[in-house]
Amino acid sequence: MFAILALLIGIALGIWLEPSLPAGLTTYLPIMIVAALDALFGALRAWFDGTFSDRVFAVSFFSNVLIAALIVFIGDQIGVGSQLSTAVVVVLGIRIFTNAAAIRRAIFHA
Amino acid sequence: MPDESDLEARHASDDGSDAAGEPGGRSLRDLVKALTRPSASQILLAAVLLVFGVGVGTQFTTKAANDPYATARRADLIQLLDTANTETTRLETEIEALKSTRDKLQSGVDSAKVAQTEAQNRLNNLAILNGTVGATGPGIRVVIYDPGQKVTASTVLDAIEEFRDAGAEVIEINDSIRVVASTWFGSANGGLVADNAAISMPMVIDVIGEGHALEEAARFRGGLVSQVQQLGGTVTITQETTVTITAVRQLPQNQYAHPA
Repeated sequence: MFAILALLIGIALGIWLEPSLPAGLTTYLPIMIVAALDALFGALRAWFDGTFSDRVFAVSFFSNVLIAALIVFIGDQIGVGSQLSTAVVVVLGIRIFTNAAAIRRAIFHA
Repeated sequence: MPDESDLEARHASDDGSDAAGEPGGRSLRDLVKALTRPSASQILLAAVLLVFGVGVGTQFTTKAANDPYATARRADLIQLLDTANTETTRLETEIEALKSTRDKLQSGVDSAKVAQTEAQNRLNNLAILNGTVGATGPGIRVVIYDPGQKVTASTVLDAIEEFRDAGAEVIEINDSIRVVASTWFGSANGGLVADNAAISMPMVIDVIGEGHALEEAARFRGGLVSQVQQLGGTVTITQETTVTITAVRQLPQNQYAHPA
């Protein structure tokens, strides 16, 4: 219950406060969000499997986000930023779908 | 320390198996239970989700508020610029073509207007000449008093001819008879007749033209004035700045002649 409340409060804070994002970070925020989504689905799946650990989740969440941003940042530096961001989104998207399939099996046994 | 991706890899290998049948597997009921009875271990989860939520919210507002090019990459922007430039060139060519078309049409309209104006002028001239429209302009008013009814048709016709020689453009008798090329004069029942209409006395002739020349055309020795005076009548002539002639004549339809 805390988790869902915190999520809603966070979204509301982000919309209402409109925190000014540093200009250099605007390109990376969407990638970071996709990485975070991936971590969230992974955590949910782990929870259904009974292997969930909040500490592992927190660490994997931030490391996923940082690595995704880092990959795109490096891509930008070497001139393949848009291609690498596409690649990251594709890979993370595949992982999200895989995790979602596992979650679905755990819930619906189908 | 067990890593998340390790776990995922382990489970990805037995994707085909039934997850619910595994030891430690949880169901939807457990999830609802966990949500309704929060434990202290969920605080960290909540904190992470709060951070996530702020990120999502920020992205929403950034996406909505900023213009879409603010977050675009340089290569994409260059491509967009190239596309815009190409489009500009293409549209400029199109503008030129359309402008030349417009100019052509414009000149066509102008020449059509000139032709129409000339046609209108000719139409006006012919209409005045044929007596189908009213006319106004400077001229003279001639009044012939003839108590003895001695003025003949030939006298009037001579006067009309003299007026025409003096540059008369429109002639009207008694505000009712428009004198044109085919107008004839005769006498019937002791009075004068023009174009089948009786001319009542005193006879008033309105003439549009140059006033002085018209007056001279009537006053010269042996002209209208002296002829009428010999017959015992009088003539008064007044030069007017505006003579308005309203009598019109129906144009007969040509029965045999057609424009060649």
